[in-house]
Amino acid sequence: MSYQPIKFYQTGTFTVGNRLLEPEDRSVQANMRRTNSLNSGHRACQGCGEALGARYAIDAAMSATDNQLIAVNATGCLEVFSTPYPETSWQIPWIHSLFGNTAAVATGIAAALKIKAIKGGNDRVRVIAQGGDGGTTDIGFGCLSGMFERNDDVLYICYDNEGYMNTGVQRSSATPPAARTATTMAVGEQPGNVFGQGKNLPLIAMAHGIPYVATATVADLHDLEAKVTRAMQIHGARYIHIFVPCPLGWGSASNDTIRLARLAKETGLFPVFEAEHGEVTAVSKIRRPLPVDDYLKLQRRFAHLFGARPRTDVIARIQAQADRNIRKYQLLQEAPQ
Amino acid sequence: MLKQTEGSRAVAEAVALCRPEVICAYPISPQTHIVEALGEQVKSGALVNCEFINVESEFAAMSVAIGASAAGARAYTATASQGLLFMAEAVFNAAGLGLPIVMTVANRAIGAPINIWNDHTDAMSQRDCGWIQLFAENNQEALDLHIQAFRLAEELSVPVMVCMDGFILTHAYERVDMPTQEQVDTYLPPYAPRQILDPAEPVSIGAMVGPEAFMEVRYLAHAKQMQAIELIPGYAEEFRGVFGRDSGGLIHTYRADDAETIVVALGSVLGTVKDTVDEMRERGISIGVLGIACFRPWPLLAVRAVLAGAKRVVVLEKSLAVGLGGIVSANVETSLAANTCELYAVIAGLGGRPITRASLHRVFGEAIAGKLAHLSFLDLDHTIVDRVLAREQQTRRSGPIAEAVLRDIAAVSGLRAKDQT
Ligand SMILES: Cc1ncc(C[n+]2csc(CCOP(=O)(O)OP(=O)(O)O)c2C)c(N)n1
Ligand code: SF4
Ligand SMILES: [Mg+2]
Repeated sequence: MSYQPIKFYQTGTFTVGNRLLEPEDRSVQANMRRTNSLNSGHRACQGCGEALGARYAIDAAMSATDNQLIAVNATGCLEVFSTPYPETSWQIPWIHSLFGNTAAVATGIAAALKIKAIKGGNDRVRVIAQGGDGGTTDIGFGCLSGMFERNDDVLYICYDNEGYMNTGVQRSSATPPAARTATTMAVGEQPGNVFGQGKNLPLIAMAHGIPYVATATVADLHDLEAKVTRAMQIHGARYIHIFVPCPLGWGSASNDTIRLARLAKETGLFPVFEAEHGEVTAVSKIRRPLPVDDYLKLQRRFAHLFGARPRTDVIARIQAQADRNIRKYQLLQEAPQ
Repeated sequence: MLKQTEGSRAVAEAVALCRPEVICAYPISPQTHIVEALGEQVKSGALVNCEFINVESEFAAMSVAIGASAAGARAYTATASQGLLFMAEAVFNAAGLGLPIVMTVANRAIGAPINIWNDHTDAMSQRDCGWIQLFAENNQEALDLHIQAFRLAEELSVPVMVCMDGFILTHAYERVDMPTQEQVDTYLPPYAPRQILDPAEPVSIGAMVGPEAFMEVRYLAHAKQMQAIELIPGYAEEFRGVFGRDSGGLIHTYRADDAETIVVALGSVLGTVKDTVDEMRERGISIGVLGIACFRPWPLLAVRAVLAGAKRVVVLEKSLAVGLGGIVSANVETSLAANTCELYAVIAGLGGRPITRASLHRVFGEAIAGKLAHLSFLDLDHTIVDRVLAREQQTRRSGPIAEAVLRDIAAVSGLRAKDQT
C-alpha cells in the first residue's frame, strides 16, 4: 500500500512540532528540568532577540554540562538588562568585568579551573563568554583573537544585533550596509551605513583554525540549541555567532523578531552554517528563496530605501550580497531528483 | 639561602614560592625578566600546578588575572609603564571587583617621548584606583614584599601592586636571602576567596550598581585600605618572626628622630639619600630620612608622627603632576596638619636622569639655607628649556618638542665645548 508521509510544522514556520521528536532531540526549553539560567523579570525590551538567544544558548549549555557552567558577560544590553543591582536574572555563576575583555576573563577562568581540576577539584566545570557584536567584533576583538589563537577552552557566543544598542543604536563593524544608526544617519546621497566595510567574524574565527565555529539565528532555536550542545562537547576555543533582531534598534515590531531572523536566513543575508578547524562542514539550506526586500521592509532602519523614490540601486546591491552568500555557501536546496 | 642574583630573578623566585596558580605574561622592559623567569620555572616543572599564559596585551594580562582570581586561583602578573596604562581599565576593574591579584610594576617613565628608563610616573598614574601600592627600596625588599603582598591581598580581597624601580633594581645583581618553601608556606596560607564563581553556589559578580549603592561600594574600598593601614605593620612584624629580617611595613625612618630636616622619598633612591644624609650628619647637619614603603593606603598618621618635629621637609619624587608639581608632596601635605614647617617638592630622576649625591647635597643645602623654591626640578638644564621656549615665541612652526630639545642639547654642548677651547 502506498502512503504519503506527512510532516507537522508549526503554522507559519518550518519548525517541526517538538512533541513529534524523539525525547533526546526535543528542545531543552521544552524540558521540565530546564534551568532558566537567565530567569524572567529582566529588563529587556519586548521582543528582544538577544534575551531569547541568550536564554536558549545558556540553558542548552547548562544541559550539556550537567549544570557545571560559568558565564562571563561583556558590557552591553544583555549585561545591563539582566543585572541591575540588587536583582540579577542569572541563576548560574556569572561575572561581568568590562566591555572589551570578556574573552580574556574567560581564559583566566578556564586556566583557574584547569589548575583546580589538577589539584583534585571539580574537573567538569566549563566556561562560556558572551557579548554583543560591538563587544565582539570591535572593542573585544583583540582579546577574542588572543583567546582563539591560544585555543583556550572557552565557548564564545556573540549576540549580533548589528549595532551598539545599549548606548543608543550606533554603528558597529557588524552593522550592514545602508542601515540607519545614530552614527550612520539616513541623510545625504548614500543614506545609512556605507558599503564595503565591516567584519565577518565567523570567517575570521575560522581563519584561526579553531575546532568549532557556527552561526545560528533565533528563528531556529532548535538548531541553536544543537550547536551550543555540540560546542560544549568539544574542548578548545569555540565560537557561535547568533543573529538576534533588536526591535528597538531596528525599528521593527516586537512580534517580528523571529520572522526577521528567519528572513535574514531565507534571503541569504545571514548564512547559517557550521565549521570545524576552519572548514565549513554543514549549511542550513534555504527552503524558499525570498527577495531581500521582504526582510528590509519590516525595519525602519531601512525605511529610507523605500520612500517616495525607492532606492532600487541600493536594494540591488544588498540583493547581490545575498546572492553572493547563496553561491558561496551553496545555500539553496538541491532540487529533488 | 644567600645568593647573588638579578632583581627580576629574585622576585620571580619569590613569586614562585608563593605558589601562584595563574601567571599572565606580556613583554615590556624593564619587567620582562620576571615573567620570563617564571615561565621557565613552570615549563621546567619547578613550579607545579600553575598555568603560564602568553597573552596578547597587558589589557588581556590583567583581564585573564581577573577571571582566574574570580574563579578562585592565586593570580599574578607584572608590567611597567605603557603596559600599566594599556591595562588601566582592567586595573581599576580588579580593584572594584575586590580581586586579590598581585602585580609587579617595574617602574618606568611614560611616553611621549618614549623612554624606557626609571621613574615613578606609571605607578603614580594608578595611585587612586584602589590597589594597595608598596614600594621596594632594594632587591631584598622587592622579593620580600611579594610574599607579604599575597598575604595582604588575600586577607583583604584587595589587589596589591609591588613597585620596584626599573633597571635600578630589576636588572641589578645583588645578594639576596632567598626564603625556603617552608618559610613561605608558614607565612602565607592557601588562598581562601571571599567570592568565587562556583556552580555549586552561583553568584553574580560585577553587576550594574546605580546611585543607590555606588557610594557605599566605593566607601567600602576605602575602608579596606584603612584596614590595610592596621594590618601592614603586623604583617611586617610577623614576617620578621618567620624570615628573620625587617621588610615592608608602612614607612622606614633613618636618623629622623631628632632631625630638623627630613627628606621623604620612595624606592631605590632612598639608598643614595641615606648616603648623602650620613655625610651631612658627619658635618653636624641635623637631617634624616622618611621612606614611604606603602604609598597606598597613604600612612597618614605614621608620616605625621615622623614629621611632627621637623622644621622642613624635602620630598624627593620621581614623578610630576603636570600643572601642579609634586604628587608625593601633595600627599605628605595631608599629613602635616598643624605642623607649619616648610615643604619642598623636588622633582628628580624623570626618565632615568641620574640622582647623584652631589646634586642631593646641593638641593638639601639650599633647602636648609631657605634658598630652595617650593617646587624645583633637580638638575634641570634651564639653558635648553629657555632656548626651546624662546624659539616657540619666535616661530609658529617650532617643530616637535623632544627633537627640539635634543637638537638644542647638541648645539649647547657644541657652544660649551667652544667656550672651553
Ligand atoms: C571601554 C568602553 N567603551 C564604551 C563603553 C560604552 N558601551 C557600553 S555598552 C556599549 C554598546 C554595546 O554594544 P554591543 O556590544 O553590540 O551589545 P548590545 O548592547 O548591542 O547588545 C557601549 C558602546 C563602555 N562601557 N566601555
Ligand atoms: S535595545 Fe535591542 S538588544 Fe537591547 S534590550 Fe532592547 S531589544 Fe534587546
Ligand atoms: Mg549589538
